[in-house]
Amino acid sequence: MTESLVEARGLTKKFDEFVAVDNIDFDIHKGEAFGFLGPNGAGKTSTMKMITTVSPITEGKLTVFGIDPTVNGRAIRQRIGVVPQEDNLDLELTVAENLYIYGRYHDMSRAEIRERITELLEFAQLSDRGKAKVEALSGGMKRRLTIARALINDPELVILDEPTTGLDPQARHVLWDRLYRLKQQGATLIITTHYMDEAEQLCDRLVVMDKGKIVAEDSPRKLIETHAPREVVELRFEEGSHDANVLKLDGVAQRSEVLADRVLLYTDDADDTQRAVESRGVHPEQVLVRRSTLEDVFLRLTGRRLID
Amino acid sequence: MTVLNGPIRVVESELLGYRRTWRGTAISSFVNPLLYLTAMGLGLGSLVDSGSGDLAIPYLTFIATGMMAASAMQNGAADGAFPVMAGIKWRKSFEGAISTPISPADIVVGRFLWSIVRLTFVLVVFGAIATILGAMEFVQAMKAVPPGVLTGLAFTAATTAFTVTREDDTSLSTLFRFGIIPLFLFSGTFFPISQLPDFLQPIAYVTPLFHGVELVRKFALPGLDETVITSVPTWIHITYLVAMTAIGLVLASRWLDRRLRK
Repeated sequence: MTESLVEARGLTKKFDEFVAVDNIDFDIHKGEAFGFLGPNGAGKTSTMKMITTVSPITEGKLTVFGIDPTVNGRAIRQRIGVVPQEDNLDLELTVAENLYIYGRYHDMSRAEIRERITELLEFAQLSDRGKAKVEALSGGMKRRLTIARALINDPELVILDEPTTGLDPQARHVLWDRLYRLKQQGATLIITTHYMDEAEQLCDRLVVMDKGKIVAEDSPRKLIETHAPREVVELRFEEGSHDANVLKLDGVAQRSEVLADRVLLYTDDADDTQRAVESRGVHPEQVLVRRSTLEDVFLRLTGRRLID
Repeated sequence: MTVLNGPIRVVESELLGYRRTWRGTAISSFVNPLLYLTAMGLGLGSLVDSGSGDLAIPYLTFIATGMMAASAMQNGAADGAFPVMAGIKWRKSFEGAISTPISPADIVVGRFLWSIVRLTFVLVVFGAIATILGAMEFVQAMKAVPPGVLTGLAFTAATTAFTVTREDDTSLSTLFRFGIIPLFLFSGTFFPISQLPDFLQPIAYVTPLFHGVELVRKFALPGLDETVITSVPTWIHITYLVAMTAIGLVLASRWLDRRLRK
């Protein structure tokens, strides 16, 4: 059995009457990249804040490195790195100074910090920007700097809340590459995201959260295998004919989901299904065949889409 | 880790930020006393001194001592207001800091320590300018610094406690408009509170700046008579300001914790 860095049992967070996190259990093991996938408001950030000790738990049990956050939060924070959802860099300081301050917060010596800054700037691909003001950086660079800052104390556990939200596709790929490298170096990562591609790319294991509860837990591949047939045929119809066509498709595939703008047919054999659609006299304007993703798993489990 | 380790780290980060912005605040530290002391002290003072006033000291001296306490209040209150709101809401730097070993109380205490440094600087400069303009002897001006710093710190602590409970900066502007400015005008800075209408005098006695102004004058210019100061004993001024500082710090730490660690 692998060592658990984070253990939650019956973990609950309430804000007055509102239950943000509802009685959840999970274990995060050393060396894995663990994901919390779910739409906005699912309770992911609240869970992260309890793990990082900045939000007191309402009920249940939580330990990080075997330490109870209500007893010694500081001891936990010494050993973690936190990448918040919104960048909170000091815009008036330089790139290196932002790292320096956090090094001091972690009680590191000046010499130690200087050495670490050189390494981290290289890791974040910001080596030539050390003396630049943060204000002048692009969104992707700021994000990489925030990650570098979280790594200043060489943390055993790195917690990333929506690491690529708001970034353009290219910047996201650069970031994923960095996080992948981090994982290869043996870091334990906790990632929250509402992007299923991000979860698939980065996470060894994940839980799907919805309305404060965990609705599924496994590796991305297993989740897809368990909850969605292999392939998806997406059909779009001419305007006005959507509803009429939907009626004709009843039972044509193993399972189907009717969305406002298209129909998803889940099947193990897309060719078969396409032929079956045709035989019913349905002629969609557009047909797309793709593999099932975590998005489909989420749709299956909750009846809703991840991003509205 | 000792208790002061965290706060000192916070001071370091304030210092680093200050290195980028010191020019503006340093210049106003020089310009403000110069403007007030020439306009009010020398200009208005020539009228006061030649009029029917019965102050035992030149008006310039009166104003200089009062203004040292008042500008400590303004600087102290400003330190506890907008930068704190920025840390909580605008820049969210506090949120970042508390994800490291730093705690909300470290932030409050660290910023408070930093205020001591800033206030001392502001008041030493003020005292030096007052000396140059002939308001006081240099030694007298320097004796005014510690009670001035205490006055400023009481306001830093109290304003911080207020700010951490506020949602936006309109309430901070309100604090200055309806709190700080009236205190500035009616706490004995520009005229002895014995000149206030009888029904207002008791109010002046319970306001914090009154105690700061009195304490500065009693420290800098011992042996003044009742034309300048009141008969309230010095220990009451000190107790008042120390209590305000202590209560402010405790509440600020507690309320910032509640605000940040939801």
